[in-house]
Amino acid sequence: MSNFYNEILTDHNLHPVHKKELTCCTCTRDGVNPSCGDEITLNLMIENGVIADGSFTGSGCAVSQASSDIMLDLVIGKSTDEAQRLHGLFMKMIRGEADETEIGELEEAGALSDISHMPARVKCAMLGWKTLAAMLENNS
Amino acid sequence: MMSERNYKADFPVFETYPDLAYLDNSATTQKPRSVLEAVSRYYREENANPLRGLYELAVKATDAYENARIAVRDFIGAASEREIIFTRNASESLNLIAYSYGRANIHEGDEILVTISEHHSNFLPWQILAKEKSARLKFLKCSETGEYTPEALQKALSPRTKIFAIAQISNVFGRLNPIKEFAEICHKNGTLIVCDGAQSVPHIPVNVRELDVDFLAFSGHKMLAPMGIGVLYGREELLEKMPPFLYGGEMIEYVTLCGATFAELPHKFEAGTVNAGGAVGLHAAIDYISTLGFDEIERRENALTVKLFGEMQNTPHVHIIGSDDPADHHGIVTFTIDDVHPHDVAAIFDEAGVAVRAGHHCAQPLHKYLNLQSTVRASVAFYNDERDIERFTDCLKTIRKRMGYNE
Repeated sequence: MSNFYNEILTDHNLHPVHKKELTCCTCTRDGVNPSCGDEITLNLMIENGVIADGSFTGSGCAVSQASSDIMLDLVIGKSTDEAQRLHGLFMKMIRGEADETEIGELEEAGALSDISHMPARVKCAMLGWKTLAAMLENNS
Repeated sequence: MMSERNYKADFPVFETYPDLAYLDNSATTQKPRSVLEAVSRYYREENANPLRGLYELAVKATDAYENARIAVRDFIGAASEREIIFTRNASESLNLIAYSYGRANIHEGDEILVTISEHHSNFLPWQILAKEKSARLKFLKCSETGEYTPEALQKALSPRTKIFAIAQISNVFGRLNPIKEFAEICHKNGTLIVCDGAQSVPHIPVNVRELDVDFLAFSGHKMLAPMGIGVLYGREELLEKMPPFLYGGEMIEYVTLCGATFAELPHKFEAGTVNAGGAVGLHAAIDYISTLGFDEIERRENALTVKLFGEMQNTPHVHIIGSDDPADHHGIVTFTIDDVHPHDVAAIFDEAGVAVRAGHHCAQPLHKYLNLQSTVRASVAFYNDERDIERFTDCLKTIRKRMGYNE
């Protein structure tokens, strides 16, 4: 836990790349954690089964906002099937069940692996992914 | 200041966590050894179903339970033990009033006045009641520092105001409201005053007859007792006329296939098997507090708050909610740090061995009113010490840096 608020997380929180409006998105969805008040709106542009672009807006704790930004970094340019697979891997990591190769596949999102020891923050890290998964489910 | 007695030695949790700075006392307090032992002794030596059995052990259980009621009566200065109803917690006590008194006495067009800073448990029961009865729910607003004035109360009351619901000490501001004065204003208007004592009864002397409140609710677990035991005080003539809240075992006088008459006070409101172990624990907690004395409790808690306050006021980007004067806070200091979300603040404190609360503290309407999404709250009890405050302030000063702000 001592490295939890690491540079990757604080940097994505302070300087998010994808936190903006997306003018030509094909789908949009709100995600909220009612008990802590974290909220995001996730926008995706999906073309021929590929996430061509994506963005999010909203407010909440550093974990929820940075995790959403890192997630978009990872899934933009990938197929929706691949994004769903990565969602599965992220869930696995959060449960503390992923091995090093799998965490490696998650790239910067692997920086959140310590959250498996912080049950109170799991829902913060999951907010973006949960919203993405629901969106892809709806879309397919 | 604290070269005096080490009260933490009375609390076994600090044997398990010697370095924990537990500053979430408004949420629940830790339990002294005497309380844990009293509960254990009850179950080892006196346990049977109170108020029912005719054998010796059941009589012992009944005595233990009813002696706890007498201890509560004396602790809050009630006229009779018939006015003391055991519940699970303050929330259940407040729901009992809304369901029992409220449903029988609130009618279409009546008004219920609640303060904007009420905890959800002294807010939602009234909101639901008002909806059910087509009554009007009105809000008394406070100043930015959490102050409610007699003038504002006077103005907010109308001939139709049946109930005024207010906490004696706000769980966000920590400010003590002038309940006695408010009760007088309410009574002149024919309005009942429902007082939430969850944050006051553990920390200051509270006397229901002196305050002249109609109802007072509080929880045992915020005052050293186990979770699951709470109290509702009600004026006897009001309780007498109220219908039961829950129906079931040991709250009846006589039952037939087509009707029933109900037990006398206070048992009319205590359906089913009671939490006798919890009541015994509450009795032991009251004994502990009484031996220590509120002079000592207030002196220590105030000294700790002053120290906490000074350090916080000297830390840039930290904003305390409510009054500038630590004496107005009664151990409760709610705050924000610029550009750092309260949940991140609490997680960083956790890492440093400091337990604080983050969120809206079950007071969402107040946060909305103050234009805050959520806040962090540190709350002290007499058993905290200077080291706890130092641990807190040492960590506080590093938080923005940890979150990547270079200053």
